[in-house]
Amino acid sequence: MAYPYVSDKEVRILSTYFGDPKQRHLDTYVERGGYKALEKALGMGADDVVNIVKDSGLRGRGGAGFPTGLKWSFMPKDSSRPHYLLCNADESEPGTFKDRELIRWDPHQLIEGCLIGAHAIRAQHVYIYCRGEFFETTQVLARALEDAYAKGYAGENILGTGHTIDVTVHAGAGAYICGEETGLMNSLEGKRGEPRVKPPFPAAVGAFGMPSTINNVETLCAIPHIVTNGGEWYKQYGTEKSPGTKLFCVSGHVNKPGNYELPLGFPLQELIDDVCGGVRDGNALKAVIPGGSSVPIINAEEVSRCTLDYEGCVEVGTMLGCASVIVMDETADIVKQVRRMVDFYAHESCGQCTPCREGSAWTAKIMRRIENGEGTEEDLDMLMEVTQKMVGTTICVLSDSVAAPVQSSIEKFRDEYLALIRRGERVGAA
Amino acid sequence: MSETVTLTIDGHEVTVPRGTTILEAAKTIGREVPHYCYHPGMSSPAMCRLCLVQVEGAPKPMPGCVTTVMDGQVVHTESEQAKADRQGVLEFYLVNHPLDCPICDMSGECDLQDYVHEEGREHGRSREPKRIFGRDDFGGDVLFYGDRCVMCTRCVRFMSEVEQDHRLTVVERGNRSVIDTFFEEGLEGTNWHGNIVDICPVGALVSKDFLHKARAWDLDHTPSVCTSCSQGCNIDLHTRDNLVQRLKPRENLDVNGWWMCDEGRHNYEWINKGDRIEAPLVRDSGASKAVGWKDALTGLLAAAGALDGAKIMAVASPLASNEDLGAFTGLVEAFGGGDTVYRSARAESEVVLKGFPTLARRKDLAANVHGADLMGATRVGGDDANGGLDDIAGHRGVILVLGDALADQDESFGSDAALYVYVGTHMSEATGNAHYVLPVTTFAEQEGTFTNLDGRVQRFWPGVEAPGMARPAWFVLGAMVAEMTEGEGARSAADAFAQLAGSVQAFGGMSYDDLGTRGAVVNETVSLAGD
Repeated sequence: MAYPYVSDKEVRILSTYFGDPKQRHLDTYVERGGYKALEKALGMGADDVVNIVKDSGLRGRGGAGFPTGLKWSFMPKDSSRPHYLLCNADESEPGTFKDRELIRWDPHQLIEGCLIGAHAIRAQHVYIYCRGEFFETTQVLARALEDAYAKGYAGENILGTGHTIDVTVHAGAGAYICGEETGLMNSLEGKRGEPRVKPPFPAAVGAFGMPSTINNVETLCAIPHIVTNGGEWYKQYGTEKSPGTKLFCVSGHVNKPGNYELPLGFPLQELIDDVCGGVRDGNALKAVIPGGSSVPIINAEEVSRCTLDYEGCVEVGTMLGCASVIVMDETADIVKQVRRMVDFYAHESCGQCTPCREGSAWTAKIMRRIENGEGTEEDLDMLMEVTQKMVGTTICVLSDSVAAPVQSSIEKFRDEYLALIRRGERVGAA
Repeated sequence: MSETVTLTIDGHEVTVPRGTTILEAAKTIGREVPHYCYHPGMSSPAMCRLCLVQVEGAPKPMPGCVTTVMDGQVVHTESEQAKADRQGVLEFYLVNHPLDCPICDMSGECDLQDYVHEEGREHGRSREPKRIFGRDDFGGDVLFYGDRCVMCTRCVRFMSEVEQDHRLTVVERGNRSVIDTFFEEGLEGTNWHGNIVDICPVGALVSKDFLHKARAWDLDHTPSVCTSCSQGCNIDLHTRDNLVQRLKPRENLDVNGWWMCDEGRHNYEWINKGDRIEAPLVRDSGASKAVGWKDALTGLLAAAGALDGAKIMAVASPLASNEDLGAFTGLVEAFGGGDTVYRSARAESEVVLKGFPTLARRKDLAANVHGADLMGATRVGGDDANGGLDDIAGHRGVILVLGDALADQDESFGSDAALYVYVGTHMSEATGNAHYVLPVTTFAEQEGTFTNLDGRVQRFWPGVEAPGMARPAWFVLGAMVAEMTEGEGARSAADAFAQLAGSVQAFGGMSYDDLGTRGAVVNETVSLAGD
């Protein structure tokens, strides 16, 4: 198998069967050891499952890196009201393409993770909220789920254990903001996809007003492996604070872009030079966005110091996010790239909070003006100031995501902005 | 856990019930934190981000409208940081705002204008072209100017949470989001949509009726009470050039909250019409002629004195104030006593405001039906406020009429009366035979009180000047009664109310001053026919 590219530096746990269409079949999945973890977990108490996950140190793979076991432990212990497990498969962050691959190559891995997760938080219903554009992915998942129901792995009295857990695949309608956990809940309930004010937090008031936990696809896909092998086993990979493996979605100016599963703490430079076969055409590296478009951009020097774990990224002033590594070589036009990201966020802002609704669109217009050579140096200071007013002033963090690339690119690549401004001034003078 | 929380807001120690929001706690020290989406009568989506305040120890500014107070919390609403945060948010509001204040109906009472004037940047920094939505007719009385909208969604929430008729929504997202109606019907056929114009903090939703009629700063505001039904919604008369320009609800949680119905809101043009009786008229051998008050009252007194035990029949109006009705009752007594009837229109059903169910457009379509009942008057006639006066029309004794213009009666009404006194605002065919016509004021031109269906006595104040020689009925009739009984006439509405409190048990012990602007409930209520 040569799923687009592979590397011997990889530790393939979640992505073992990427590129193998047989894995989608329930029989193959079971033959290869699938649903054993489910059987084991259903034989254990809910809290024991939570403890295994706590022991593993698994952190949420959606971007925030919140410890999964701890999140599960926030759920109420009684089941007087329905609990819900929500799986966030609304993967929309520019640069991210791991969840789609996890679902389409190994749908049962996710279903098994969801069922175990539901058992752990005493939920009897799981909603898998798929991004609206994931037509093929959603179909693959729905077919796998039908098979799982047919063979008694999901639904009533799973594997004769008396446990009932239903799973519903829900297709979104194509809005980035529905990947925000409370926006997803509103969308799932049939309302506008608008993030909710927290508190109350989902563990108290979540989907349909009931206690809910929401986890990323990749997080839930790791669960069967952790339940099977134990927390200690999982901790052998990665760093002390960021244990385990992580899928890195590498895109941009590298020779071998793609999904790579690597232990956390892997050096970013090595990822680019070795795993991905280096920057294309032997060009020099200019910049990397290591965690999806909402994290600060870093320059080549910072890349050389950056390790790919939650703490390592913070050390160089950025974030691991969902580990979507966007690589830009010396030919990249930073201003244009940032403008495109801001356009994206302006388009995807839900429009509730004023700083985001007005600020993102305004920032996009200013960026466009600068790109067209009609900017001034004062615009840069104003951009820094205006985007700062979008940080921490809104219900969700979408507007912070506008600020991150703008501010970091102005700080680190001010020359590129100035060059466009000067060129515009020359044209204007002539 | 104690029931109260003590915290510090802008250096003041504040103790409020647990669960109070910072914004509401700040109100208790007179600090109004700027806000758009928060409204005390609806849920708080915390989306306008204008009420962000600085809370010591919190990593981010907190929305005051949804953040509940905690013991020992230190809140700053006026610190450099809080002001800077607010100024930042205000700048965003102006990025796409058309700044068309000179032609905007809301100008002068606009929260965006006020806040920016108070705390905004001196100069806007946006050089970019603005997004343009244009206008939309939302149906009913509402026009939508999309470009002025601040997206607070108060209107959407009013329709869904308070009127509970989902007629408005937000469509699209980001800065393309805009308020819109479903289908073509828009707000057509809803009964409370005028309120969304009131709660719109800017000029996005304006009243077609009021459009371009007056500037906000030219309007005088007079507290009053709506006369369109027996609910007695507290309102303000907005007047200019001695004309009522519009009615607006006035907050009173015991009666109407912040709301009023569309019927009541638009029932004001009759006040401005100018088809009024402006001078006392005395009929002498067939023809009526205008005279001064002194001549009219002197003549009437003489006529009354000349009567020889004639039977009295009286017609009052449920639109007259308690004081007017009290003076009228006094006059009937002074003439020797008799039965007083009144007629009042009734609707088939109530129109309840579902999200504020103690408020409804009531069946009785007059402000003081309850007052008339307490005064001992009897309801006659049909639900259309017509008929029921057959005995009186041909009465040969004394006919006294207050306020009821007798529009359904013909010109023979009172033609056989020994003495026919019409005290009112408008003439009709049936008033032609009156020996004395005494012009009086409407509720908009005088002080007084109404008693609503719950027995709440509520004051209103004069917002426009009375035409010609028209005077309040309590004043005119009170003077007559004083002359006839050698008593003391009322010199003010307060005097008239005090007399009422002394003579009608239901009003006993009540004080005009204590009623204030919110009213008080009478000692006893009578059950209204049909309720």
